[in-house]
Amino acid sequence: MIRRALALIAAAVLLTAADDPKDYLKDPAQEERARSLFEQIRCVVCQNESIAASEADIAHDVRMLIREQIAAGRTDKEIKQHLYDRWGDFILLRPRFGARTALLWITPFAIVLIGGGLIFLRRRDTEAGAAPAETELSAAELKALKQLQNNPPDKLAQ
Amino acid sequence: MEGRPARDEQTLIAELGAFALALALALSLAQVGLSIAARVKGLAAVRGAGEGAAAGAFLGVILAFACLIYAFVTSDFSVSNVAAHSHTAKPMAYKIAGAWGSHEGSMLLWCLVLTGFGSVVALTGRNLPWRLKTVAVATQGLLGVLFIGYTLFASNPFERILDVPIQGASLNPVLQDPAFAFHPPFTYLGYVGFSVVFSFAIAALVEGKVDEAWARWVRPWTLAAWSFLTIGITLGSFWAYYELGWGGWWAWDPVENASFMPWLIGTALLHSAIVTEKRGSLKAWTVFLALASFSFAMLGTFLVRSGAITSVHAFATDPTRGVILLTIMGITAGAGYVLFAWRASSFTGGGLYARISRETTLVLNNLFLAAATVAVLFGTLFPMIIEAITGKPGSVGAPWFNLVFGILMAFALVILPVGPLLAWKRGELPGAMRKLSAAGGVALAAAVLGYILVDPKKWLAAVGCGLGVWLIAGSLTELAERVKLGRISRAETLRRLGGLPRGAWGMTIAHLALGIFALGACVEIAGKIQASRVMQPGDTLAAGAYSLKLDAVSDVDGPNYLAQRASITVTKDGKTTCLAKPERRTFPASRTTTTEVHICPQGLDHFYVVLGEERRGDTGQPVWLVTAYHNPLAWLIFVGPILMAVAGGVSLSDRRLRLGVAKRRTATPAEATPS
Repeated sequence: MIRRALALIAAAVLLTAADDPKDYLKDPAQEERARSLFEQIRCVVCQNESIAASEADIAHDVRMLIREQIAAGRTDKEIKQHLYDRWGDFILLRPRFGARTALLWITPFAIVLIGGGLIFLRRRDTEAGAAPAETELSAAELKALKQLQNNPPDKLAQ
Repeated sequence: MEGRPARDEQTLIAELGAFALALALALSLAQVGLSIAARVKGLAAVRGAGEGAAAGAFLGVILAFACLIYAFVTSDFSVSNVAAHSHTAKPMAYKIAGAWGSHEGSMLLWCLVLTGFGSVVALTGRNLPWRLKTVAVATQGLLGVLFIGYTLFASNPFERILDVPIQGASLNPVLQDPAFAFHPPFTYLGYVGFSVVFSFAIAALVEGKVDEAWARWVRPWTLAAWSFLTIGITLGSFWAYYELGWGGWWAWDPVENASFMPWLIGTALLHSAIVTEKRGSLKAWTVFLALASFSFAMLGTFLVRSGAITSVHAFATDPTRGVILLTIMGITAGAGYVLFAWRASSFTGGGLYARISRETTLVLNNLFLAAATVAVLFGTLFPMIIEAITGKPGSVGAPWFNLVFGILMAFALVILPVGPLLAWKRGELPGAMRKLSAAGGVALAAAVLGYILVDPKKWLAAVGCGLGVWLIAGSLTELAERVKLGRISRAETLRRLGGLPRGAWGMTIAHLALGIFALGACVEIAGKIQASRVMQPGDTLAAGAYSLKLDAVSDVDGPNYLAQRASITVTKDGKTTCLAKPERRTFPASRTTTTEVHICPQGLDHFYVVLGEERRGDTGQPVWLVTAYHNPLAWLIFVGPILMAVAGGVSLSDRRLRLGVAKRRTATPAEATPS
């Protein structure tokens, strides 16, 4: 009795499960394309989930929409545009490059370029100007020094 | 409800915990005051008292933490935290883990680790210059005051409720799991380990001196914090992999990113501190990273604990705690950076180095790691910032992170094996390239093979496989070079192998482990095979080379859940390789359902089976959606990082870095340098 009650509670809170395999596209290559698209589309009601991972109803609906469009012969780009037109920026997990997202896209690479430039310029300074100021000897120099100490050239002794 | 102690006793324990925490706060205040006084007046006795207060604060927090665990163990529901996060039917181990499962409890854990590390600093390091150490102890005390104060006044785990419930509201059953029980302690050991590095950086800035001895003290703490954080992140990732049942292990979720950023900065610090210690260069940068590592650790805690990640709105509904945490973070990190801007210009000098040198490769490593950290930071915060500005949520997901982070890391990984083969100061690139030619050839072959074998073509994954092999082969090349393999007698090579310092082993193993991880990650992503089918007992399903048969599904009673458990026979080439028993568990107390994935290890691969919900078939018979994944080399994804943490431990055991040992060998020239 309790078991049945619990089962009912459980059924009420169960999430919608993943797609039924009979929903899959017949052509495995097309289904593969669909799945790689699922990874790039956000489940709009979930928290940081793609529609590939989500068990929400809307994610299922969007998955079916994408499958339909692939079956209808649309390209990936057209499908993404279609979703973009309907839901806007939020639907794409990889934001488009634009005025709003320029900083996001550029900053990491700008750091590499500017930082790399600074390192390069600074190195050039030290190599041009300060290199002679080095007091420590390299391994080769040490070896040469040791050799000199062991076999002092006669000319120096005089 | 059995075994609940009498009401008076419960009250006493919770009060004792709160009192102990208040005591710890007072002692931390004393630690700050005494240490500052000792630094200004130069009195040894006062300094000792400050160090004693640090140890006392730790004892206070230990007592408070023990009280909280006691409240959880005895299911004392008069404590609101216990009522909200425990349940009498919960297994004992998870009752205990529940003590740090909530926000309040985790802040207490944070304080425990903070004061623990603080007292280690206070009680060891007698060979440190006393001024530096005293300022570090004072800073550690100040952190203690802020965080213990926050815990006591804004998220008190001992708060009681007047209307005591007869039953607790249970811990989220998804979190009721061994990997997840240990994930927070390790992550916090990592996060808070960076607090010591932070305190040393502040001390260096106050004293205006960064030298090799300072770097030698910062390095073991960085290594320890980094190793703990590595384990913490890996446990979290492994938990997501087998508990969430979607076959993935990293989703670039803000919560994951929050712990990954301090790890990246910690990795950069680990490398720049080597340059500072060995060559006296990069002083200001190392101090900056030391400040940044703890700033990112605090940011991580703030993001996870304030609710700011989920949505700006979620944060806005109860901003008190978040705002206080943000203020603490702002004061601490802000003061550190102001001090840095003021004093860092004095940290100049150090060994010069040529454009082609080991120093340069380490600088490049830092450049790419810093850029990658900024990428993760921007990607994590961008949606929030956009939402705050425009009112519409922004979206940055896994595909963006994979691309941007992937490109930046690819550069870093290409450079990595070259560094250890270059000499300090001035290296020879042609020589290093010649030594690495074999490793490069193998890596290139692996990349080409990866591209050809996998269909559909995934060139990014192929590049990743090539890089993984490049790191593995490159690290082995470096090891072979160190022991002059093939150029001297075998006995001499073995002698050299035995004589390698632990630090060298640590580096080689860590780099090898990173290669193992990269290889595993790419092969798993590129070669994953998924198959699913709605099945009734007797049905079979093929997934790659494997096939599985659903034998039966039965009901099982757990300690605090009911489950459906499937019996599935997995066969390969007609031979049974595994009996999988995936479950679907229902927790009546919290009305949630979880999936218990069954993972059949197949060598280094995983065969991963998920049981879906029960449905009705065409004729009304019960059927289940069964999903199976073949994840090739999946073990490497988790073994790699754990091996990295082990490598950190190996380095840490090097005599030169051992915390306790340092004081016993003050006579060595390095320590005798005037400071």
